[in-house]
Amino acid sequence: MTFILNFLPELVLLVGALGLFVVALGESQQKFARTVALLVAFATIGAAAASLNQHADLFSGAYRVDQFSQLVKLVLAFGFACILLLSGDLPDIRAEVKPEYFLFLTLSVTGLVMLVSCVEIVSIVVALELSSFPLYLLVPMRRERAGHRSQMESAIKYIMFGVAANGIMFFGLSYLYGLTGTTHLFPLASRLAPVVHTPLAITGLGLAFCGLYYKLAIFPFHFWTPDVYQGASNETASLVASLPKVGAVAVLIRFVSLATPENPAVATMLIYLAVGSMFFGNLIALVQKDFKRMLGFSGIAHAGYALIGFVALDQAGFTAALYYITGYLFMILACFVVISRVSRDGANVAIEELAGLHRRSPLLAATLLVAVFALAGVPPFVGFMGKFSLLTAAYAQGHLALVVIAVVNSAIAVYYYLQVVRQAVFGESNPAAVAEPLILTWPTRGLCVVLIVGIVALGVAPGTVIDTIFHSLAFVHSGPATALLGR
Amino acid sequence: MTFPGSTEGLPLLSILIFAPLAVAAVAALIRSERGLRWWTLAGTTAIALFSLQLWTGFTAGTAAFQFVEHATWIPGLKINYTVGIDGISLLLVLLTTLISPLCVLCSWSYIKTRVHEFMLCLLVMETAMIGVFCALDSILFFVFWEAMLIPMALLIGVWGGPRKIYASLKFFIYTMAGSIFLLVALIALRLHTGTFCIPDLMGQQYDPAFQCWVFAAFFISFAIKVPMFPFHTWLPAAHVEAPTAGSVILASVLLKMGTYGFLRFCLPIVPYATHVFAPYVLWLSVIGILYGSFAALAQSDLKKLVAYSSVGHMGFATLGIFALNTSGIEGATLVMINHGVTTGALFIAVGIIYERLHSRELAAAAGLGRFMPVFTFFLGAFCLSSLAFPGTNSFIGEFLVLSGGFSVSLLLVACAVPGVVASAAYNLRMLQRIAFGGTHNPEHHDLKDLNFREIVTLAPLLVFVFWIGLHPQPFVNVMHASVQHLLAQVGAFPR
Repeated sequence: MTFILNFLPELVLLVGALGLFVVALGESQQKFARTVALLVAFATIGAAAASLNQHADLFSGAYRVDQFSQLVKLVLAFGFACILLLSGDLPDIRAEVKPEYFLFLTLSVTGLVMLVSCVEIVSIVVALELSSFPLYLLVPMRRERAGHRSQMESAIKYIMFGVAANGIMFFGLSYLYGLTGTTHLFPLASRLAPVVHTPLAITGLGLAFCGLYYKLAIFPFHFWTPDVYQGASNETASLVASLPKVGAVAVLIRFVSLATPENPAVATMLIYLAVGSMFFGNLIALVQKDFKRMLGFSGIAHAGYALIGFVALDQAGFTAALYYITGYLFMILACFVVISRVSRDGANVAIEELAGLHRRSPLLAATLLVAVFALAGVPPFVGFMGKFSLLTAAYAQGHLALVVIAVVNSAIAVYYYLQVVRQAVFGESNPAAVAEPLILTWPTRGLCVVLIVGIVALGVAPGTVIDTIFHSLAFVHSGPATALLGR
Repeated sequence: MTFPGSTEGLPLLSILIFAPLAVAAVAALIRSERGLRWWTLAGTTAIALFSLQLWTGFTAGTAAFQFVEHATWIPGLKINYTVGIDGISLLLVLLTTLISPLCVLCSWSYIKTRVHEFMLCLLVMETAMIGVFCALDSILFFVFWEAMLIPMALLIGVWGGPRKIYASLKFFIYTMAGSIFLLVALIALRLHTGTFCIPDLMGQQYDPAFQCWVFAAFFISFAIKVPMFPFHTWLPAAHVEAPTAGSVILASVLLKMGTYGFLRFCLPIVPYATHVFAPYVLWLSVIGILYGSFAALAQSDLKKLVAYSSVGHMGFATLGIFALNTSGIEGATLVMINHGVTTGALFIAVGIIYERLHSRELAAAAGLGRFMPVFTFFLGAFCLSSLAFPGTNSFIGEFLVLSGGFSVSLLLVACAVPGVVASAAYNLRMLQRIAFGGTHNPEHHDLKDLNFREIVTLAPLLVFVFWIGLHPQPFVNVMHASVQHLLAQVGAFPR
C-alpha cells in the first residue's frame, strides 16, 4: 500500500498514458482524448499532493522518493494541467494525430516526473529519454502552412541537438562510472569526493551536465531553442519552454551537488555558461519580431539566471534556482496562454499583433502585463524575488562580478519586455491591429487568474515556498551562505 | 533590532499603506465612470484625513522611529516587514496623501478613456509611494520603490501625449537601470551586517573602500530619481508627455524619493563616503540649479518650463542635504515639501490651460488673465512661490539651504545665485505673458474661468504655500530632532 502511495503520481500518469494509447487506437476522438488527459493531469496533481511527505527508496535504491522529488512532481503536474488547459482544441495540430498528441504529451510528462526521483545514472538516462522522445514527435505534428515545412526543420534540429547533447552526457557519465565504479549517485558522490579535483572528474562532471544544459537551453547548447519555439505549434512550444526546464533544474541540483563548494573548477564553468547565456539571450532578444522567438531567447537568458544559483554550490543557491524556475514556469505559461489565444488559427504571433490587446481582452492584457513585468524582474512579482534570492546566494559566495553582470542583464532585458507591454497596453494605433474582441472560455479565464495570482503570491509571500524547498534540499551539504541564512 | 517607539494598538502605517489598494479593489467593481471618480475621490480624501492621525500622534522631540510595526515576512531570506516614520518621512507621507486626492480631481475631465485603469494606477501608486517613505526594511523599501515603476510607466504610456511611448520607455529603463545598483548595494550591506533592517545598517563601522562603493551604487539610483544634473534627461520627456496627474505625482512625490534616499541611506549608512563625495555632489547640485533655471528660461512649452524648473529646485534640495549641517538639511526637507506643493500646483495650472486651449505653448496662453482672473490669481501666487518670494513657502526652504551652503563655501553659494535670479526671470516671464500679454488673442473670448472643482483642487496647495511661508515652525519642529540625529550619525565618522 505504501509502495503504491510512494509511486502514485507515476502510476497515475502511466495508467493515463496507457488509457490514452487505447483511445488513440480508435477513430480519432479528439475531445474524448483531451478529457482523459485533463483527468489524468488533475489526478496527478492530487496524487502528487497526497504523496508529498513520502520518503522511500524504490527499485534497489535507484529511485528516491523524498520531499524534494515530490515537490517538483507537484509543480510538474500543475504545469501539465496548465498546458492542457491552454492547448484547447489544438487548432494547429493535424486532425488525424490529435489523440496521439495527448498521448505523447502525457508520456513526456511521465518521463519528467520519473526523472526527478532518479538517483541512479542509468535510470536518469532512461527517464531523460522518455521525456525527450515524445517531445521530438510533438514538434512535427504541427500542420503545414503554405508549403512551408518549418515544423519539420525545427523537429530535425531539436532531435539532432538532443541526441548529440545526450551522447555527450553519456560519455561524461561513463567517466564518472569509470572513476567510481558505481552508478548510484550517493555512493558516487562519496567516492568522487577524494578525486573531484582531478581533470578526469571535472571533465566527466562537465560533460555529464551537457544533456541538462540542452534541456535548459544554456548557451552554447541553445541553438535549437528559437527555431523550435517558432517552428512548433504554440501549444507544443509552451511545453518545450516550461516543464523540461523544471525537470532539468531538479536533476542538475542532484548532479551539481556532487561537486563540493571548495572545488572552483565546476563553479568557474557554471559562471562562464551563465554569463554567456545571459548576454547571448538578452542581446539577441532585443531585435526579435516574433513573440515566441523572443521568448526563446529570453528563455536562454533566464536559464542563465537560474545557473547563478548553481554557482553558489550550496543549499541556499539550489533553493534559489528551484524557486526561480518554479516562478519561471508560471511566467512563461502566462505568456503562452496569451499567445495561444491571440493566435489566429494557431499561427505564430508577431509582437506587433498584440497591438490593442487591452481592448480585445482586458484579462489577457492583464495576464501578459503581469507575466512580462515578472520576467523583467520588477517587484512585487516572483521574477524579482527569484532574482533577488539568486543574487544573494551568489554574492554570499563572493561572486560579485557575476552579480553585477546579472543586474546589467536585467536592465538590458527591460527594453524588449517593454516592447511587448507597449504593443499590448499602450494603445497605439497599428495597422496590424485586429479590432474584434477575444471571447475567452471560462477555463481560460480561470487559468489566467490562477497564473496571475500565482505570479503575485509567489513574489509577495514566498516564505513558505522557499522554506519548503530549502528543507527539501537537506541532502545537499550546506555551505557558507546557508550558515549566513542562520540555519 | 528592538524599536523603543513601537506602539501597541491600531497599525496606523499599515492601514495607510494598504488602504489605497483596498479602495482600488472596490473601485474595480464599480461600473459607472462617474461613480468611480467619486469613489476614488472619497477614498483618497478619507486616506488623507486618516493620515492626519500621524501628525497629531507624532512626538516631535525624539529622533526615534515612531508608529513602528514589525513582522516576519520572508524568513528564508531574512526579509521583514518593518515600517515606521521619523520627522522627515512624516512630512513626505503627508505630502503624498495630500497630493493623491488632488490628482483625482485634476483628472476629472482630462481623463476620458480607460478611467478604471487610470484610477487603479493612481491608487497603486499611492500605496507604493506611502510604502517607500514608511519602509524600514531595505528590501521592503526596494519592493515599493520598484513597484512604482509599473503604474507610473502606464500613466505616461497610456494616457500621455504624442510621444508618450518614448517618454514612458525612457522613464522605465532609466529608473530601472539605476535601481538595480541599489539592489546590489543592499545585498552587499546585508552580507556585511546580516540584516536588511535600515536602522541596523546605520552606525556600523564599514571599511572606507566598501563605503565608497556602496555610496556610488546608492548615488546612481537616487541621483537618477532626483534627478541630478547629468542624469536628468528622462525628466523633461516624462513630464511633458505625462497626463496632468502623472506630472503632478512625478513632480510632487516621485522626485522626493531620490532626495529621501540620500537622507535615509547615504548619509547615515555610509557617512565616511558621504564626506568624501559631498564636495562633488554639491557642485553637481549647483550645476543642476543653473542648468535647470536657464533651461527653463528658454522654454516656450509651459510643461517643459515647469519640468526644467524642477531640475533647478531639486538642485537646491541636494545642495542642502550635502551641506551636511542643520539649516542645510532642514532647508532641503522644506524644499522637498515646497517643491511638491508649488510645482504640483503649477502642473495642475498648466493642465487647466491645456484643457481649455489644447496647447501648452506659452504664446497661445498669452493674455489669458483678462478672461480668467481667478486662475490668474492662483497662478500668480504659485509663480511667486516658485521664484521663492518672501512670504511664500519656497523662500523659507531656499533661504535655509543657501545659509547652510554658505557655511560650507561662499563660492558655492555665489555660483548658485544666478540660478535664483534666472528662476525669478522665468517665473515672471511666464506670469507676465499669461496674465497681461497679447490681449488680442481672438479664441480666448469664450474661455471659462476656473470652475468649483478646479478651485477646490488648487486651494489646498495655496493654503500650504502661505502656511509654510508665514509660519514654518511646526514643520521645522517635527523634523528637528530627526535632522539632529542624522547629523550626529554623519558627524560620528571623522573626516
